Amino acid sequence: MTEEIIIAGFGGQGVLSMGKILAYSGIMQDEEVSWMPSYGPEMRGGTANVTVILSDEKISSPYLKVFDTAIILNQQSMDKFEESVKPGGVLVYDPNGITHHPTRTDIEIFQIEGNKLAVKMGNKQIFNMVVMGAFLKIKPIVKLENVLAGLKKSLPERYHHLIPLNKEALKIGMDNVTPFKVANQVAHN
Amino acid sequence: MSELKLMKGNEALAEAAIRAGVDAYFGYPITPQTELIEYLMNEQTEKRTGMVCLQAESEIAAINMVYGAASTGKKVFTSSSSPGISLKQEGISYLAGAELPAVIVNVVRGGPGLGTIQPSQADYFQSVKGGGHGDYKLYVLAPSSVQEMSDFVEDAFDIAFKYRAPVLILSDGLIGQMMEKVKLKPQKKRRTDEEVIKECGSWATTGKTKNRERNIITSLDLQSEKMEARVHRLMKKYEQMEKEDLRFEKIQCDDAEYLIVAYGSSARISQKAVEMARAKGIKVGLLRPITLFPFPKKQLFKLADQVKGMLSVELNAGQMVEDVRLSVEFKVPVEHFGRTGGIIHTPEEILEALEQKIINNGTIRHHKTRESSIL
Amino acid sequence: MELLDIIKPENQVFCKTKLMTDTPLSYCPGCGHGTAHNITMEVIDEMGIQEDTIGVAPVGCSVLAYDFMNIDMTQAAHGRAPAVATAIARTWPKKYVFTYQGDGDLAAIGTAETIHACNRGENIVIIFINNGIYGMTGGQMAPTTLEGMKSSTSPFGRDIKTMGSPLKMTELVAQLPGTYFVTRQAVHTHKHVRKAKKAIRQAFENLKLNKGISFVEIVSNCNSGWKMTPNDANEWMVDNMFPYYPLGDIKVNGKLK
Repeated sequence: MTEEIIIAGFGGQGVLSMGKILAYSGIMQDEEVSWMPSYGPEMRGGTANVTVILSDEKISSPYLKVFDTAIILNQQSMDKFEESVKPGGVLVYDPNGITHHPTRTDIEIFQIEGNKLAVKMGNKQIFNMVVMGAFLKIKPIVKLENVLAGLKKSLPERYHHLIPLNKEALKIGMDNVTPFKVANQVAHN
Repeated sequence: MSELKLMKGNEALAEAAIRAGVDAYFGYPITPQTELIEYLMNEQTEKRTGMVCLQAESEIAAINMVYGAASTGKKVFTSSSSPGISLKQEGISYLAGAELPAVIVNVVRGGPGLGTIQPSQADYFQSVKGGGHGDYKLYVLAPSSVQEMSDFVEDAFDIAFKYRAPVLILSDGLIGQMMEKVKLKPQKKRRTDEEVIKECGSWATTGKTKNRERNIITSLDLQSEKMEARVHRLMKKYEQMEKEDLRFEKIQCDDAEYLIVAYGSSARISQKAVEMARAKGIKVGLLRPITLFPFPKKQLFKLADQVKGMLSVELNAGQMVEDVRLSVEFKVPVEHFGRTGGIIHTPEEILEALEQKIINNGTIRHHKTRESSIL
Repeated sequence: MELLDIIKPENQVFCKTKLMTDTPLSYCPGCGHGTAHNITMEVIDEMGIQEDTIGVAPVGCSVLAYDFMNIDMTQAAHGRAPAVATAIARTWPKKYVFTYQGDGDLAAIGTAETIHACNRGENIVIIFINNGIYGMTGGQMAPTTLEGMKSSTSPFGRDIKTMGSPLKMTELVAQLPGTYFVTRQAVHTHKHVRKAKKAIRQAFENLKLNKGISFVEIVSNCNSGWKMTPNDANEWMVDNMFPYYPLGDIKVNGKLK
C-alpha cells in the first residue's frame, strides 16, 4: 500500500499539523512516511500545503506532481491541486469559502463541512481533525487507535487533555462526510 | 537501543549531533536551516550534555569560532544556508589550510545573491571545487533522507578526525524541511578534557605541557618550500579519501540501458522517475553519489561501457554534469536536467527529460553538439 | 671578578623568560611589539599558567607571535581572533585564553568580532597594540591613524571628512557591560613597561575570577611605517598619539572611571 496525499489550505488552518499527525499515525503502524511542506512566506497567512506519503515500502520521491488524495481547504488550493489528483483518486474538500467547486468527473469527490462542524463543537482549532476524520472514513489507511497514539506521541504532555476532543472531532468528521456530485456528472469507471 | 521519531531533516541532524557527543555548535540564523540552531537552543544542550551552543554575530564569526574550538581538538560544527556559507568560505579555507577537523552543514537554497529560500542544489561547484581560496578540497557528504541527515553527523566527524580536515554535509531545503521516520542512535558521552588531550594533544592547542613542544595552529608558511610541502600533504589526504572513503549508491544499475546520476533530494525524486520508467519498460538505473568529493569517477567510467547515455539531474543550471562528463571521458552522451529558482522538478519532468534528451536524442545526436540543458 | 663568577646562577638579577623562545624577533628595531610580547609572557610565567594558557595570534605584524611565545597558540584569520578565542574559552572554561591584535585587525576588519565578544563578556584577555598604522603590509592607513597623519594610503594626511576620524576602540568597548577591565598603556619607557605589565597581570588575574573581558590597549610606535628613527618615533608618539589616546585605566572592576 502506498498513499500519496496533498493537504492544502491557508496557513493557520492546521494543514501542516494535520499532515504531521497523519504521518505519526503511519509510524504507529510501522509504515514508512514522509512529510514535505511548502515553506517560507506562505507560512504567514498565505497558502500552505504539505505532501504526505504513507507506504509499506521505502519512499522514493517525497515531492510529487500527482496524488492519490487531495485534501483541499481553500479556493486557491482547489484551483492549484484539483488537476493533481490521479484519475480514480479522491478529492476531499471543505465547501466553506469555495466559490468554484470541483468539476472533474474521473475522480471521487467528497465534501466535509469542517469549519461549521468545528464551530458547532465550540473549538475552531479542531477543524483540521474533523477534515482528517472525513478523509479516514473514505480511506481508512490508518486506524483510529494509531491516530490517537500518534497524537499522544507528537503532542507535548500539556496538551494531552485535548486528545479526547480530537477523537470526538475525528468521529464527527467520519460521520459527516458526503459524496459530492459534479453537475452533469457522467458516471465514471 | 535506538529510538524512532518523526523529525525534520534539520532537527534530526541537530539531535544526532547532541547524541554523537559533539562539543560545540556556533551558528547564525538563515532560512531554511534555522530549525537547527532553534532545536539546539531549545534542547539546552549545555545542560543536557555540556555541548556549547552559541548564536554568533555573523556567519563569519561562527566559522571562526568553529576554527577556534577545532584548533583545541573539540568536536565542533556550524550550519548555514547558501548566502551564509559564502560568508564562511574564508574560514573554511583556513580550516583546510590549518588542517583542522570540523563539520559544516549547508542546507542549500536557490541563488545567486539573496536568491530564494526554496530548495536548490546550486552550491555544488562551491562545495566540491573549492569555494574558498587556495588548493584544498572538502570531503562532501550529500544526505538524501532525514535518516541520513542524522547518520551523517557521526560519519562526518569520523572523517574530519581521521584526516584532520573540514567535512561538509551538503543538504538542501527539501531534505532539511521534510519530515521522515528517523532511527536515532543512543546518546554517546562527550569526551572529557583529559580524553581530548590524550587524543589530540599531539597537535591541538590544549595548553603546552612540560613533556612536549608547544603546539601551533596556523595556515601560514612564508617559506614557499614549506608551503608547497603543506599543499602536497593536503593532496595526499585527498588521494587517500578517494581510495578509502568514496561512497555511492547504485540503484537498479545491473541491467540499465540508461543512467540517471543524481544526489541528495534530486536522487530521491529521480528514484521515482526510475520506477516510472521501469513501469514503461525502459531500463533506467540511478547512480547516487553519496560523497560528492570523492566523486565516483571510476564507477561512472565503467557504467559508460554499459549504458547508452546519462542524465545528470540536479536542482541547478548544470554543475555536477561537468564531473559526470569528465568521468565518462566522452564515451557516452551526458546531458543535464534541472530546475532552478527554488522550483523542484517532478518525477514526471525527469522522465520526460530522460526520454527527450537521452533516449530519443542521445543515440542520434553527437555529444559535441550539446545544447542548453535547462528546461 | 671573573666572567664565570659573574654568570653564576646566584648572581643573576635578570633573565629572559623561558616563555619567550630563542627565535629572533621579526620586528623592526625600536618596535614596541617585542616588549609587549615579553611582558605578556613574563606574566604567564610568573603566574605559573603556561600549561593552561592558549593564545590567539592575529593577522598583522604579530601574525608570527607564535614563533616567539612559548605557549600553545592558534593563528586566526584577519580580525577574527575574538571569535576564535570565544570558542576556545567556551569549550575550555578553565583555560587562560587571550588574543594579541593590532589596530587594523581589531578595530577595522574585526570590529564586529571585537564588539560582540566584549558585549557577551567572554572570559578572555584582549591585548590591543595600537600604532596607528598597518605595519605588515607597508604603512597603510589604520582606523586609528591620527588626523593629518600621512600613510601610503593617506599620502596627503588623513582627511577626516573623507576618511573618518581615528577610532577610539578602547573607549568604545568600555561602554559595554561585558567589559570588566579596560585600560590604555604604553611600553616606551621602563616606567611604562612596568605599568603595562601590571595591567596585563591584572587582566590575567581577572580571568581566574571569570570576570569577563579584560581589554589592554598598548599605544605603540611604528618607526618603519612612520618613517622615523626609533627615538623620534617614540617622541612623536608622546606628542601626538598620547593626547588623542590618553594613557590610564578607563574601566576598573566593571566601573567606568
